[in-house]
Amino acid sequence: MATASVATHDSAHDHHDHEHHDNFVTKYIFSTDHKMIGKQYLVTGIFWAIIGGFLSILFRLQLGFPDMDMEFLRPILGGWITEEGQLDQTFYLALVTMHGTIMVFFVLTAGLSGTFSNFLIPLQIGARDMASGFMNMLSYWLFFISGVIMFISLFLKTGPAGGGWVVYPPLSALEQAIPGSGLGMTLWLVAMTFFIASSLLGGINYITTIINLRTKGMSFSRLPLTIWAFFLTAVIGLLSFPVLFSAALLLVFDRSFGTSFYLSDIYISGEALPNTGGSPVLYQHLFWFLGHPEVYIVLLPALGITSEVIATNSRKPIFGYKAMIISMLGITILSFIVWAHHMFVSGMNPFLGSIFMFLTLIIAIPSAVKVFNYLTTLWRGNLIFTPGMLFSIGLVSFFISGGLTGIFLGNSAIDIQLHDTYFVVAHFHLVMGSASFFGMLAGVYHWFPKMFGRMMDARLGYVHFWITFVGVYMVFFPMHYIGIAGFPRRYYSWTNFEFSNMYTDLNMFVSAAAIVTFAAQGIFLFNFFYSMYRGRKATQNPWRSTTLEWTAPIHPGHGNWPGEIPSVYRWPYDYSKPGAEEDFIPQTVPLSATPESNLPHEQEQVKLEIEIMKEEEAVLASNESEH
Amino acid sequence: MEKELKYVDMEEQPISMHPKKFAMWLFMVTVVMIFAALTSAYIVRQAEGNWLDYELPEIFWFTTGLVVISSVCLHWAYLSAKKDNLAQLRIGMAAAVVFGIAFLVGQWYSWVALVDREVFFVGNPAGSFLYVFTGLHAAHLISGVIFLIIVLISTFRYKVHSQSMNTMEMATSYWHFLGGLWIYLFMFLLLNH
Repeated sequence: MATASVATHDSAHDHHDHEHHDNFVTKYIFSTDHKMIGKQYLVTGIFWAIIGGFLSILFRLQLGFPDMDMEFLRPILGGWITEEGQLDQTFYLALVTMHGTIMVFFVLTAGLSGTFSNFLIPLQIGARDMASGFMNMLSYWLFFISGVIMFISLFLKTGPAGGGWVVYPPLSALEQAIPGSGLGMTLWLVAMTFFIASSLLGGINYITTIINLRTKGMSFSRLPLTIWAFFLTAVIGLLSFPVLFSAALLLVFDRSFGTSFYLSDIYISGEALPNTGGSPVLYQHLFWFLGHPEVYIVLLPALGITSEVIATNSRKPIFGYKAMIISMLGITILSFIVWAHHMFVSGMNPFLGSIFMFLTLIIAIPSAVKVFNYLTTLWRGNLIFTPGMLFSIGLVSFFISGGLTGIFLGNSAIDIQLHDTYFVVAHFHLVMGSASFFGMLAGVYHWFPKMFGRMMDARLGYVHFWITFVGVYMVFFPMHYIGIAGFPRRYYSWTNFEFSNMYTDLNMFVSAAAIVTFAAQGIFLFNFFYSMYRGRKATQNPWRSTTLEWTAPIHPGHGNWPGEIPSVYRWPYDYSKPGAEEDFIPQTVPLSATPESNLPHEQEQVKLEIEIMKEEEAVLASNESEH
Repeated sequence: MEKELKYVDMEEQPISMHPKKFAMWLFMVTVVMIFAALTSAYIVRQAEGNWLDYELPEIFWFTTGLVVISSVCLHWAYLSAKKDNLAQLRIGMAAAVVFGIAFLVGQWYSWVALVDREVFFVGNPAGSFLYVFTGLHAAHLISGVIFLIIVLISTFRYKVHSQSMNTMEMATSYWHFLGGLWIYLFMFLLLNH
């Protein structure tokens, strides 16, 4: 801010010089600007969140009110409402499958990581754009195609895929198994192939950009934790999505070419299928080798966003910056060696189960370090309760309450009882679903001014937060009891089981709470789209934050900074530094400009800094004489 | 906390290499993961028994030779480009492309050989896996051949020389990678079939 500086990148040409040539198509549709691509991801993610949420309301109606007359849904669901006014049973399976697929992949992977990695990486590391704008655009449009295919599959006569979001064979491999395993499953696989390609293109871009295009002075130990989180998320995605591709490829061969990778000794209405020698557990191994890291692909960006929002709004440096990075690294590594805890009851060798149990429980350590650091950052801070801050604190709450049940589920012995019950559903909806969703909302509230140059309405944000926060607990807390009582997930109804009678009220309560929580998201939608056009105009740095994106203009053009890219002289968490005039010092302020607040070792770096600035001035002067 | 944050790299531009080259290395990582997944699936499945034993087609030795020769040709072309010897560059690259295509043809005949010994794509996974390995590798190799042809065309437009080596370096490392990948797969099959 205070100094002029030079930082040029070979691949980052001065796009901002010719931005006025953009027409509607290149600006809003086939844009190569990372900010627009981030917004495209966000709006697409919101669209899918509405669809995914709506599907969950449909099956919650069935679970909470199994005898209800659903005739009023006929205009939307048509033939999926039976003549007796009940929800079709196979469509119920399709609903849970699509809810899971949409939420995990389209909302919390593409919508979260796609939005914030694209939007924030260049802005926070000081780059003009992503390493490859074209690849970035391609990544979005592959995601879009994937979404279109998945959307079309919702309207098939035989219904969309219905084998659960994990699409285990043989259920998903044999068309005869359920109607959803026909064309619906084929489209699911095609859509996922596009999705994998999109994620890989995106991930390659994120990693390349973070490693190669950082501005001057932006060492790894000065990266905001958001960037660390996006970086590790991309690394996880890069290593795990190809494995899902392999799994899906073999499934395609089994389905369409008659191979037997996953199929063996299957009888359908008394007749043996020709397939021999396959192993369905093999699919589970391959799937969960992606599936478990996927949990962290979903969660880590949310944790990164939370670190940033909590530090800013506590006006305190994040507690344990290095510990945060190391724990994220730990989570990244551990995420690849715990997958079989999803398979404790699949007939796997119990000894192997013990090993995976041990590794799984180790994840509690880095997770606890992160929680501890969030709490200690909040401790005695000058808390400012912006909506973003509230959602971040909400994330920490879900991460604790959902994480604790993970310790239960990670035990291979207890898992025999709890596997595939609502206890599992409650666990992952809190720790991964709701927590990541809150991280995403926190990010939207926090960076909305940067995205659209306007503020979202805080009061509506508070209403949205409290209804959602209480609502989420109302929905998922009772599910723990339902799960311990033995309710299996993915069942259409339990009315045939005597034991389920005493839980009818609780299920009704959960469904009612789910409807209220879902409806409350309307407040957010209104706030989001209204504020985009009519919101209060934002200042350049509304949250008084230290990171680089707030030094860019309120409406950054293609190229982000009109002049030279600012250099970075300090870490991103200089909040409330003793001696400083303001309670924050942006990363662009050199140490030599703040002698009053420098620590002894920083005072020594000042000398070094002065030399660089001299050099830069010389370069600047020579640049100017050239023009 | 503050004490740990010592910066000595103040004056330096952060480490960086050519972004496109870097992105290609990351792409190769994803390809490695695909084959790591498939080959470990092979081992896991093999350990479960009911596994068809058959002889690997001998033509694999021959095709392995072809892919090695192709890589050597390309490397010769690469070194020539560094010395601005454009004639040698074109010959080397063209030879690499020809040997690459010959490799693909050879892989096709390995499938013919498999069918001759009654190992089909549809049947025991032992055979299916071999088709998947070779097929998927061939798919990647085709992308490599296309890449080489694009670079070969650009050599005729004088776009590859000692001052402009980026695409040539990328093509060379991708090609070596694909050759190495085949050798890995072949060794893996020799040891585990």
